[in-house]
Parts: sequence; C-alpha cells; structure tokens
Amino acid sequence: MSSVRGRVRFEKRLDVAKRMTYLVPLMSVGAALVVGAILLLATGHNPIDTYHKVFSRGFGSRSSLSGTIGLATPILFTGLAAAAAFRMGLFNIGGEGQLIMGAVGASGVAIALSDQAAPVIFIAMVVAGMVCGGLYALVPGFLKARFKTSEIITSLMMNYIAAIVLNYLIFNSTSYWRDPKSKGFPTGKAIGSAAQWNEFTVSDVVVPLGFVVASIAAAVVWGLYKKTRFGFEVNVVGDSPVAARYAGVNTRRKVLTVMGISGALAGLGGASDIGDFRHVLDAKGLSQAGYGYTGIVVAALARLNPLAVIVVAVVMGGLTNAGYALQGPDFPSGLVGTLQGLILFCTVAGEVLTRYRVRINRRTVAPAPSGPAEVSAA
Amino acid sequence: MTDAMNTTTAWAEVQAVVLSGITKRFPGVVANDGVNFAAAHGEVHALLGENGAGKSTLSNVLTGLYRPDEGTIDIGRVRHNFGSPRDALDAGVGMVHQHFRLVQTFSVAENVVLGEKGGGVFLSRRIIEQRVRELSERYHLPVDPAAKIWQLSVGEQQRVEILKVLYRQATVLILDEPTAVLTPAESQALFTTMRAIVAEGRTVIFISHKLDEVIDVADRVTVLRGGRSVGTVATSDSTVRSLAELMVGRDIAFTRQRSNDLVFGDSPVVLEMRHLQAHDDRGRMALKNVSLTVRAGEIVGVAGVAGNGQRELAEVITGLRESSGGVTLVGGFGLRGGNPREAIDAGLAHVPEDRLHTGLAPSLSVEDNLVLKSYRKRPIHTVGVLRRSRIRSMATALIERFDVKTPGPQTATRLLSGGNVQKVLLAREFTAKPKVMVAASPTRGLDVGAIETVRKLILQAADDGVGVLLISEDLEEVLALTDRLVVMYEGAIVGEFATSAASIESIGMLMGGASASPDEVAAS
Repeated sequence: MSSVRGRVRFEKRLDVAKRMTYLVPLMSVGAALVVGAILLLATGHNPIDTYHKVFSRGFGSRSSLSGTIGLATPILFTGLAAAAAFRMGLFNIGGEGQLIMGAVGASGVAIALSDQAAPVIFIAMVVAGMVCGGLYALVPGFLKARFKTSEIITSLMMNYIAAIVLNYLIFNSTSYWRDPKSKGFPTGKAIGSAAQWNEFTVSDVVVPLGFVVASIAAAVVWGLYKKTRFGFEVNVVGDSPVAARYAGVNTRRKVLTVMGISGALAGLGGASDIGDFRHVLDAKGLSQAGYGYTGIVVAALARLNPLAVIVVAVVMGGLTNAGYALQGPDFPSGLVGTLQGLILFCTVAGEVLTRYRVRINRRTVAPAPSGPAEVSAA
Repeated sequence: MTDAMNTTTAWAEVQAVVLSGITKRFPGVVANDGVNFAAAHGEVHALLGENGAGKSTLSNVLTGLYRPDEGTIDIGRVRHNFGSPRDALDAGVGMVHQHFRLVQTFSVAENVVLGEKGGGVFLSRRIIEQRVRELSERYHLPVDPAAKIWQLSVGEQQRVEILKVLYRQATVLILDEPTAVLTPAESQALFTTMRAIVAEGRTVIFISHKLDEVIDVADRVTVLRGGRSVGTVATSDSTVRSLAELMVGRDIAFTRQRSNDLVFGDSPVVLEMRHLQAHDDRGRMALKNVSLTVRAGEIVGVAGVAGNGQRELAEVITGLRESSGGVTLVGGFGLRGGNPREAIDAGLAHVPEDRLHTGLAPSLSVEDNLVLKSYRKRPIHTVGVLRRSRIRSMATALIERFDVKTPGPQTATRLLSGGNVQKVLLAREFTAKPKVMVAASPTRGLDVGAIETVRKLILQAADDGVGVLLISEDLEEVLALTDRLVVMYEGAIVGEFATSAASIESIGMLMGGASASPDEVAAS
C-alpha cells in the first residue's frame, strides 16, 4: 500500500531577494495585461489598440499627463496617510473621514479669511486641514492607546460619522458652509479666488500646488521614518511591539503620534481638494470619490514606501484618466473597471509570491513498492 | 475492554499503550532517546520529568503530532503508525492540552461535538446537550452544556476539554499538566474525575512535575530525564524523595565553572527585591512575597520548574509587568515599576526568555538591534537624526568583538543562528555597562559551543562587577554558574542555598513542591 499525496504549500521566504521587489510587480502587470487581452478579445475589442489607448490617454500626451496628475493628487495624500500608519502596524482605515474633516476645516477658514492675502489663506487652509484630519484620527488613536480598541474598526466607523457630518453641513442644516443663495439642490459656499491654490505649468503639463505639497510631504515622511530616532522607534514597534516595550519605547505615545501624523496627511488631502480642485465643500462629490479607500490600495502597492507612493499614485491616476477616455457606447464602464481591477488583483497576488515560495510537495506516506500490481492499479 | 474492568488485574498483561524505543530527533537535539513507556487499562499513569525531559515530545508522538524517527506505538495490542492527530483519535488516544483549544463564542455542547465526524450538524441542540449532561454527571465534571466558553472559569474550560475527549470515546486520555491552571480544590475534583475514568478500564496518562500530586493520584510513574526513560515505579513503593531523585538524578553531571570561595559580604547590593507580589496574565497570584538580594559581582540563580513565577519575577524587575506589591531597588534606586525605560536607565540589563521577539526586533538589521536601547542616547543621534555611520562603525566593532557570525551589520537578525542571535543581544546588553543583569534561560536551545560562549560572557560580566540574576530551568546550569541559588515553587521562594554546599536532592524535592527539612534550609 502506498499513497502519494501532492500538496501545494506556501512557505514563507526567509529573505526577499532585491530584484524580486521590482521583477514581481512588473510580471504581475504583464500577467494582468495578458488576462485582460483575453477578456478584450472575448468582448470583441482589439487588445493592442486598447492598450495603446490606455497608455496614450493616461500618460502619452501633456494634456493627458495633466489630468493624470490631478487625479493622482488626492490619492497621493491618502496613500501617504495609510503608509505612515501601516508602517507601525497601525491600521488606520479612516483616511476617508480624516480627509473629509480636513476639507471641512480648510473650507471653513477659506471662507472666513476670504479678504486676506492668498499666501495667508493658503497657510491657514493647510494648517486647518492638518489639524482637523489629525484630531479626527486621534479619536481612534486614543481609544487604541488607552483601551486597546481595534483601530481598524473604530477608524472605519468614524468614516461614516464624517460622511454624516458632511451631509448635515450641506444638506440638512443652514450651516456656515452652506451657500444660502443656492436654490434647489443645496451646495456649499464657494471659496474666493484668492483662496484657490496656484497651478504650475512645467513644459505644458499642469501641476497643481497640492501635488507639489504632497510630494514634499512624501519626502518628509520618508526622511522621518528612515533617518530619525522617531522613525527608528516606529520601525521597532512595527516589527515587534513586545521588543519595543522591552527597549523602553513608549508605545502608547507612539500610537497617538503616528495616528495624528496619518490623519494630518489625509486632512491635508482634504485641504487640497478644496484649494486645488472643487473650491467648495462638495458633499456629494467627496462622499462618492472614495479617496481614503483608494489610498489604502496605493499604500499597499507601494509597499508602504512613501516615495513609491508618489509613483503608484500617478500610475493609478493614469489608469483612472485612461478609463474616462476609453469609456463610450462601444466600451462599457464595467469593462474599464474590470481591466483596472485585474491589474490590482494581479499585483496583490504577485505580492504573495515575493513573500512566499510555492512548493508542490509530493509526500510518500508509506514506502512505495514498485510492482506490477501497482502499475496496473494506476 | 470489559475484561479490564477489574482494575486489580496484573498490569503487565493488559497493556493499553505500549511505546517502545521511541526516538525523536530535532535539529541539534534528541528530544526522545529510545523511550519505553507502557500503561495498562484502568490505571492512572504519571509521566514525570523536568522541563525539557521529553514529556511533551513523547505525548506529541502518542497523539500523532510528531512521527517518531524510531520505535513503535501499540494501542490495545494493535500496532499504529499515526499520520495525523486524527489517526490517533480514531485509535482512541485523546489529549487535553495545557492551552485549551476551544471556540470562545460557542457553547459547551457545540465545542464538544465540534469536528466530530458525521451527523453533528443535524443533531438537535437538545439531544447534544442531553448527551453532554450525561457525560458530565457520569464523570463528575459539572458544567452547563448551554453556557458559552467565554463565560466559564479556567477550571470549567478544562472540564469541557476532558468532555470533548470522552465524547469521542477515547480509551487513552493524556492530560498535560492539568493542575497547573487549577486551584487546589479544583485539582482534587479533577483527581476524582480521573479515578472515575480509569474505573471503567480506560487509561489516563497524567503529565506532571508535582511530586505530591503524582503520589496522590497515580498508580504508577514513568520518569523521563534528558530524553530517556529512567524507570517506571509504582507510587505505592515511592516517596516524594525517591521520585525527586529519579527526576533530577542523583548523579547530575555538572562542572563547576565558578570558584567556590568567593565572598560578597562587602560588595554593595545592586539588586534588591522586597516582598514582591504580582499577578500572571490570567489574574492569578504568580509572585508571593518574594524577597531577594544580589550583590555586585555575584551570580544568584533562580531554580525551579517553569511556570512557578520565574517569568513574572523577571518581568516585574525589568518593568515589563506591574507588581501588585513590594519594591525593587536597582543600585539602591527604587523603581516605580511597570516602566522598562526606567529600569534600563537605572542600569538594568535584561536577557529575556524569548530572545528573538522580546529581546530583539527580528526583521530589523543586526546594527539596529545593537542600538535598540542606546539609540536615544547622544552619540547615536544628533537632534533626533540618527547617525548611521556611527551606528555602523559601532556595530562592526561589536560584531568583531563578540564574534557574531553574520553576513554583515545590515542583515536581518532573524536570519542568524540561535547562538549568534543571543550574541547580538548580549553584546548590546553588556556594552550598556549595566549594574545588574537579569538573564532568563540564556542558553536554552543553543548548541554546545554557543552555550559555552554565553556562559563565559555571563561569568565575565560578574567578574566585571555586574550582579547577575540567572533564572533557569536547567538545574545543571544554575549549579555550574552561580554563587548562591534559590528555588521557586508556586510563586514563592521555598529554599535558598550556597551553591557550593547545595544538596541536589533537597533542590529536587523543593522544585517538586515538597518542603525541605529545616536543617537543610538553615545550612544555607
């Protein structure tokens, strides 16, 4: 009697080879393109044409790059927010709500200071966005530090509260933010032109000020985590909270600080949403955008590296931008979403391969005698 | 099985379990070395031994978790070759683990039938609860079948584990240190249950290191020492003393690595504990009024079987656990407690039991781990910015000095071998120039060469004037390295000896919970 059991096993890799970190994502995207091509062929589209279009509409021209960078800006902020917290193993899912609170704060000061000089308003908006987002994130942070409440649950729930507060301010009340002159569908008060953030034009590519701010923020976060004593402590807590405590790190304080930083980054995204793009507290637009959740995906794909977040955000922005362009009567938006989803799916699946090695294990349970009976049985 | 109902039948003729020549090797250790074990129908058979004697490995072999490298397993005269715990369960071997495997949000009855093959889903709750109730009455295991696990005390949860095994009609029940989590009254109730189970001809294998309990409840005892079975005796022919001798070994081999005529009377006291009290994670009293002093340059050992408060002792001193009473002084400076930073700043070094996850951040580099405690000090950073080049050169020097085998200072620490991991930790702790070092099982799991290195480093530290508190379950190590030793049992210090004059017999008895005769304690 013998029985051979084939088993697929995942073994954790001890060390991830350097080249794997870029080879695997590239191959994942390749795999997604292949699967997507099959899908396109099945639905009667030419894959090569389609991919060419995706590239040219996402990144191919100056005007398309301008659109892409605009779409990348908010998810760059929320991606940074997620990366900053996740690096310490602190799962702040509340970027969505913190961004909304940042937008509320920034639009509030922009309306209040409308007769001030542009730089004053800009600084006030940045500070208000960061403070509101940061404070809002401190609520789950405090609960985590004090009562060990799961920040995943609390920060997620706080997103719903933020959405309700936003609706209340615009739709269900005559608040400071609501435009009393709006007839019919209620809207927010528009901020003055002095409060609108500048744009830069670099060889015909339009770069919003928010994108510059976000890129600087990414560099600062990178430096903070890589080069400082504070970042060292965050890395230790992220790797082994017990070891951090053993080494005398005040983990509670670290939770509060990191949660505050993460919330402030998301809140800054809210300020940029007001200053760069909408120029008004847009309740409907903000709740539908889902920047906070996309940011988590961005951070994950960037392996929580703040500088890589910039690249991933631009790529994701480009895909969204190309999606708008592809969409049409003969190209349903569902198909666009499927193609984008495939890329995400393959990248995340590829992630598993960098960290685990797949081993197909053939284990012989009992010594297998090689006899004619065995052969005929097979 | 009915023929075995008469428990007075000669044991040898009705063996329920026979393990012969069981050998199980792990990389670098032989956990079981030709172990022979036989238990009869209708008996409580104790498996006695210190930590690391091979009890767990043997029970894992018997329950199908490990496959032995050599040896045979017979259950009820049938030879078995277990491929999984499922196979063992089908053969009638059930185990009650020390750490319960229950679903907290399920009811007692649901947990009992969980994983049972066939029909479980469609059985009505009433019928299952009825069956569980019958079992619990038959074996004196009072527990409400409808209660949810999280509502139950630890003792009640253990009863559910036993019911689970009985429900599967196990004929051989293995109880792994069941009394470790029980109050004395609960332990007595458990013994009644054990007698009721064996009265039906079943076999209970009772794993323990508490001598008095073994004599109380077991019919026979098999003693393991250093992975070998050193004998099987009837408890009726045994005393606490004779069992202690078997367990620890009269001829324990150790070489004194410390001079016998060191005197510390004039050295300053660097670590002092007065009436320390603390609770464990489950809220039970784990430290009962512990007082102890360590002088500069002195090595004091804490001996005892694991789980008698040693871990909590180390944690309270180093600030990882809050005490509920008493004081700790390091270098004459009283600690407020519960704050590792405070202890570090007072000059306390700590080599924790779990070196790779507590003492080090495993995925961080060797150099980062070398500055894990000093990163906040001056030369390592300037206004909060780390000086990488200084860290690197310091790390390179330490790697050289402590002979750490690593591809480089930037290698992730978890990739190093156990001995080198410990060297990284010791290098860091020693360079902090501590007054006191608390070392918990510092050589456990290391190979012979690494053990020698670590021991030399500890002796060196003491020669440099560090007061060392060496907490170890390895009695040989405590005897080889210390100047003075105390024995802990159930959270209290039950004996103190000058190591050079210590009687191994009395230490063994104290470790097993028997009180030493007064003259021996006085002799220290």
